Amino acid sequence: MGKRLESTMAWIDDRFPATKMWEEHLSKYYAPKNFNFWYYFGSLALLVLVIQIVTGIFLTMNYKPDGDLAFRSVEYIMRDVNWGWLIRYMHSTGASAFFVVVYLHMFRGLMYGSYKKPRELVWIFGMLIYLALMAEAFMGYLLPWGQMSYWGAQVIISLFGAIPFGIGDSITLWLKGDYIISDATLNRFFALHVIAVPLILVFLVIAHIIALHEVGSNNPDGVDIKKLKNEEGIPLDGIPFHPYYTVKDIVGVGVFLIVFFAVVFFAPEMGGYFLEHANFEPADPLKTPEHIAPVWYFTPFYAILRAVPDKLGGVIAMGAAIVVLFFLPWIDRNGVRSIRYRSLPYKINLTLFAVSFVVLGYFGMQAPTPVGTFVSQVCSLIYFGFFVALFFISRSEKTKPVPARVTH
Amino acid sequence: MATETVATQISFSTDNIDKKRRLLLIGGASVVGGAGVVAIAIPFVSSMSPSAKARAAGAPVEVDISKLAPGQMLIAEWRGKPVWVVRRTQETLDALEQNADRLRDPDSAVAQQPQYAQNVHRSIKPEYLVMIGICTHLGCSPTYRPELAPGDLGADWNGGFFCPCHGSKFDFSGRVYKGVPAPTNLEVPPHAYLSDARLIIGEEGGAA
Repeated sequence: MGKRLESTMAWIDDRFPATKMWEEHLSKYYAPKNFNFWYYFGSLALLVLVIQIVTGIFLTMNYKPDGDLAFRSVEYIMRDVNWGWLIRYMHSTGASAFFVVVYLHMFRGLMYGSYKKPRELVWIFGMLIYLALMAEAFMGYLLPWGQMSYWGAQVIISLFGAIPFGIGDSITLWLKGDYIISDATLNRFFALHVIAVPLILVFLVIAHIIALHEVGSNNPDGVDIKKLKNEEGIPLDGIPFHPYYTVKDIVGVGVFLIVFFAVVFFAPEMGGYFLEHANFEPADPLKTPEHIAPVWYFTPFYAILRAVPDKLGGVIAMGAAIVVLFFLPWIDRNGVRSIRYRSLPYKINLTLFAVSFVVLGYFGMQAPTPVGTFVSQVCSLIYFGFFVALFFISRSEKTKPVPARVTH
Repeated sequence: MATETVATQISFSTDNIDKKRRLLLIGGASVVGGAGVVAIAIPFVSSMSPSAKARAAGAPVEVDISKLAPGQMLIAEWRGKPVWVVRRTQETLDALEQNADRLRDPDSAVAQQPQYAQNVHRSIKPEYLVMIGICTHLGCSPTYRPELAPGDLGADWNGGFFCPCHGSKFDFSGRVYKGVPAPTNLEVPPHAYLSDARLIIGEEGGAA
């Protein structure tokens, strides 16, 4: 470093802890050296957040949150704005990509027990990010003001109507700001989508990372690397995040962007899974589409909702399916973190859970049929059964010995 | 120089803190501040309720039913919701009685209708059905399925309304069948006949 640069840095450090923060979170943040493929998705989620914020800002420059203008303004972006199609497809593909990486990131946490002590708050902040992300995606989906935007919002807002004693009806009226989903609803969803929820998301992401860096990263072996340190206090199995993992993550970014842009360029609608066909028709309050299904990332919970033949019961089951995840650190009572050292019953339980989640996702996209409903009911039981079984399996599980150091 | 001397003479000490006074000030500020937060929250929360303009748009609508033939349905719009007006045939009305044991609420015990429509045909005049066309499950608009025993709805289908979203079924009075997700019968809006040919939706009889 040149003398002048050094003195400039010193001047800044006296006034703002730039070097201190750089060291704490990057150059002297020691992460376990055995991270594998599953550890790409955290940094990728951060990348997608940046993509969504940047493309979102540029979309607002041409979008009009008005019941009469919204649909046309989106078509205007697609046809007449220079590169508007690219910016919008990046944003719409980014929404699905966000959920792809977040679901993989969460599954990584499940497999390696990253939610366990002392990382309970890392997990809870992560779950809150997931909730905020669902709210953000749901409100964003109303903005193009297509048929599926409109009726999807109608269905989701009606969920609150299940609350008994007349409270539910008042809440839905308040949420909509009108007797139906209307311009008032569109306008407030726009406000929440571009300001309120993104602010909350960014705040939660910072909290998630600060909490993580306070306790240190978990790893595929679930070994606590802080137990064995050298004479300088550096974990024996730790390597500085920068440059080792920054460089590793750049490889992930490269591969991710290739796949991401392949979708943006060649299959932005993804056959109706990322952008549903019914949404290419303007919203019509008097005509419900033949088949309403949410976008793929909500369908597992939607299938649980439909599996219960009772309105309030269905809503409660759907809410419980998300809420129960918050309690995972206390439901799993086993001290062993990684799946590598856990018992066969645990592995079977986790596999069934993952399979049921995917199957629910599939049937949530289909029109209701007796067979689909039955399979959804079975899978809903498996979904909730996972937590019940985990609670008991984890109590007295035959685990394998966990090594003192990470393996390769 | 002089300031440094002063600084060493008067040093910070915790001995003579008036804790009572501090507590009173913090407590008082919290209560007043809390009241202020609640007070300012009211306009913000209330601003999200339907505006005066939206409430005005919820005014009653008049419908001409003179051209409706038996078996036909027309859709009016009231408060942005579809309102069905169906002129039922005599066979349809006769079939209503047969459905009773397959329905969740055959006697319309749940208040989904004005009192004057709490009967088997759920309307003022048996012939005309006036109903909000929004499924009581999650707000989709069911489709009008007057045909008997169509392929997709089964041999025991007596005609009625079918919600394509989640498969809820309603009979020709908008009464919900058992074993479907919708919890209650379809809602009958307040309505009245201004004359034989004119119907008003959104207003009780006598007011017009």
